[in-house]
Amino acid sequence: MSNLADAPKIAGIADLFAVAYQIEADAADRYELLADQMETHNNPELVAVFRDLARAEGIHRDEIRRLAGDIDVVAHAQRIAQWSRSESPEAADLSGAHYLMTPWHALQLALGGEERALAFFKSVVETVTDPAIKKLAEEFVEEEAEHVNLVHRLLRRYPKPSDTWSDDSDPPAPQE
Amino acid sequence: MTISPVDLRPAYKPADYKSDIKPIWCPGCGDYHVLMSFTRAFAQLALPPENIVVVSGIGCSSRIPAYVNCYGFHGVHGRSLTLAAGLKVTRPELTVVVASGDGDGYSIGGNHFLHACRRNIDMTYVVMDNHIYGMTKGQPSPTTEPEFDTALSPGGTGLRPFHPLVIALASGANFIARCFSGEPNETAAILVEAIRHPGFSFVEILSPCVTFRPDEAGWKNLVHPAPVAATSDPAKAARRIMTDDGFNIGILYRGNRRPYQPAVGQASVDLSELEKDFEL
Repeated sequence: MSNLADAPKIAGIADLFAVAYQIEADAADRYELLADQMETHNNPELVAVFRDLARAEGIHRDEIRRLAGDIDVVAHAQRIAQWSRSESPEAADLSGAHYLMTPWHALQLALGGEERALAFFKSVVETVTDPAIKKLAEEFVEEEAEHVNLVHRLLRRYPKPSDTWSDDSDPPAPQE
Repeated sequence: MTISPVDLRPAYKPADYKSDIKPIWCPGCGDYHVLMSFTRAFAQLALPPENIVVVSGIGCSSRIPAYVNCYGFHGVHGRSLTLAAGLKVTRPELTVVVASGDGDGYSIGGNHFLHACRRNIDMTYVVMDNHIYGMTKGQPSPTTEPEFDTALSPGGTGLRPFHPLVIALASGANFIARCFSGEPNETAAILVEAIRHPGFSFVEILSPCVTFRPDEAGWKNLVHPAPVAATSDPAKAARRIMTDDGFNIGILYRGNRRPYQPAVGQASVDLSELEKDFEL
């Protein structure tokens, strides 16, 4: 899980763009990985959900790259956008995956990611002094707050499943 | 004077070490995180993929060579260390990483584990320990707790679990660490240290099995950083490892034994001669 304590330090506009880019890129990659897992384990509904989430994050990633203009965010992110101990905020927690998980679970993972990203950008707003960096960070805060709201709206479509969601009529029984 | 721009980008990205083969581990399996740690460690070390070999035995964890973009050998059950030892002494310039699980590494390959530690060849042995045989569907392994009650071990095995870190230390491993799969960056950092450290490095990674040990989801709440720095004193290390709670994460021992590396001679047989023996 992501942790604010070991987040990359933001010392300039390029750093902020690079970190924002990496957050979205990591999110997209992680959702693709989860979609692949669900494909292998024959959960087509979740494949579609995770592919959609990956596509959305990919759009955000590409938009940040476009907004960064002449800054080579890909190269800069490789240099500075690393969390030393924890993971990038929007990278969904792989340990939260299950082969019978439902869209509600997938959206819970997504919600966690968006909330962590929101907390990260809020911390940037609170800690930087440069007005230009602060202004850009505030824009990212607005963006992430909208993503949090979007996931909440999507969750209305998918009520929490019953406690028996992981019951498997043909479970991976121990081999005697 | 012309000043050329310096490209400060790292030589390799973790993605450069991912193969095109998609893992088939269960969703939620800790081994996905271990795979990430491998690719992140290799990128941090900027190791050319053609200079790395990942050798494994049999089991869920031993599928990892297929998922890493470098040389790999998916070997015989419990024999990964023997393959790796032969490879490393004849090709010392390669970085050799061995992947195993608690069944493959401590039971079937238990004897080789002892002697690999004793020989102290410069390679890194990673054991993804989930305290169960996952691939063969849930039999107790050497590290399964005595009270773990299943249809295969009614009432629990009643057997004292194997203590891999103590055994590694007593047998002569030159670097000993424990990691948790759920902390892939921390694990990658320890793998970097393990690969860099001369001699036989042993890294035990607690990697939950979500299918046959769903109780291991709670490990993330139990792991904690080792409270003291690594020691090079085996007696101190033994006391610490024997008395810890099994969830201390970090480098626990850094020895200074000289690695075993025999002089590599010339092959006595021409390869083309050898190939003739296998002609159909």
